[in-house]
Amino acid sequence: MSNEPVIPEFGEASGCVAENRFFCTDWVRDNWADVLQPALVEHVKLTAIAVAVGFAIAFVAALVAHRFRLVEGPFAAFSAIVYTIPSIALFQLLVPVTGLSVLTVEIALVGYTLLILFRNVLEGLRSTPPEVLEAARGMGYTRRQTLWRVELPLALPAIVAGLRVATVSTIALATIAAFVIPEGLGRPIFVALRDYFKTEIVAAGLLAIALALVADALLVLAQRALTPWAHARRTV
Amino acid sequence: MIAGIGTFGDAFSFIVERRELLLEKTVEHLVLSGAALGVALVLAVPLGVWLGHRHRGSFVAINAANVGRALPSLAVIAIGLSVFGFGFTNVLVALVVLAVPPILTNAYVAVDGVEPDAVEAARGMGMTGGQVLRRVELPLALPLLFAGIRTASVYVVASATIAAIAGGGGLGEILFNQASYRTEGLVGAAIVVSLLAIAADAALGGLQRALTPHGLRQKVPAFEPDVLVTRTGR
Repeated sequence: MSNEPVIPEFGEASGCVAENRFFCTDWVRDNWADVLQPALVEHVKLTAIAVAVGFAIAFVAALVAHRFRLVEGPFAAFSAIVYTIPSIALFQLLVPVTGLSVLTVEIALVGYTLLILFRNVLEGLRSTPPEVLEAARGMGYTRRQTLWRVELPLALPAIVAGLRVATVSTIALATIAAFVIPEGLGRPIFVALRDYFKTEIVAAGLLAIALALVADALLVLAQRALTPWAHARRTV
Repeated sequence: MIAGIGTFGDAFSFIVERRELLLEKTVEHLVLSGAALGVALVLAVPLGVWLGHRHRGSFVAINAANVGRALPSLAVIAIGLSVFGFGFTNVLVALVVLAVPPILTNAYVAVDGVEPDAVEAARGMGMTGGQVLRRVELPLALPLLFAGIRTASVYVVASATIAAIAGGGGLGEILFNQASYRTEGLVGAAIVVSLLAIAADAALGGLQRALTPHGLRQKVPAFEPDVLVTRTGR
């Protein structure tokens, strides 16, 4: 990486691109279909797979830990250790094992979601008031019925809160994944960093930020739709 | 596991043999993270505490963390790079942008959420607004306020590794340069970064305990990034 701006050759470059100004709309228009849009789609896919798989693992682990307390410590410790590994290092360290592949990136991304999702699901399950559990018992609910009809619905706000954090942080980490595989919105950023081409850096960066904000907003809406009772009682 | 025992052995010899390099990069890393955290504290704590004291601006203060959390560090650093060019300034600004939201939100929530009865009692004792803030609200708000600072510090130390692409220096320079430092350098530097994040969190936890008045002392929670902010953001 050089410290001097090198103007890339784009054949019929506009004045704006040739001068490497901060943001050239004409470049974005010309390269949307070939560069930015595919990167955006890849980014959404990378994130969706990681959050889905991470949620499946964390959800099952939290259910088990809810039933058997002993499981909590080891799983929480494992996911906390993974969480502290710098992402740029973990992506590279997995390459000798799983190669320069999407799998490599997904393993790391899934690993980073575990701590947040596990803790939030478990905390949500544990937040059921004792009198509510008592009432469920009194109604003759079995343990399984209590879980699915009482504890899990009440845990939904905490679960969705965890999903929000996991999703936006996965979107952030997936940009760094482009250091290892040429996919996602990080790819145009790393490519453009090589010759310090500002428009591409800014466009891809803004897209990543916009994607995270939109995903966060969608999850808020999903949470409201899923938990009408919480929303109805709120006065603020 | 990810890498064999041998790799870890190599990594530890790397840490021992290249300790001068690692020390230099660690100091750069800490200076950068510390500066960013310092600027963020100066900006976010007074604002959050003041808003919380006046019970104003809840929408902005609470949503700051949600928006801030959504900002991908690479994107922020890359855009900062386009504005300020390579070097320390760009990275500092980017890290401050990432650190302010959790501190601001927690400072607001902490002070805003202080028991109204306690504030009322303090007023009844004839305390002025400033005295209520210093002697009642701030001590009671301390745990949650610190939770935000701890989250921010872990986030900043981790994000500072990305700073290397923008000429910010630090341990990221080793992580981004596997070609020169090999796997053992990568693992060694990764271990140092992880330890730094945990140490920063633990140090702030200790500071929090020291600052909390005796009557309010509880067990300070162990390392649990993001979780407290999540709770307040619910």
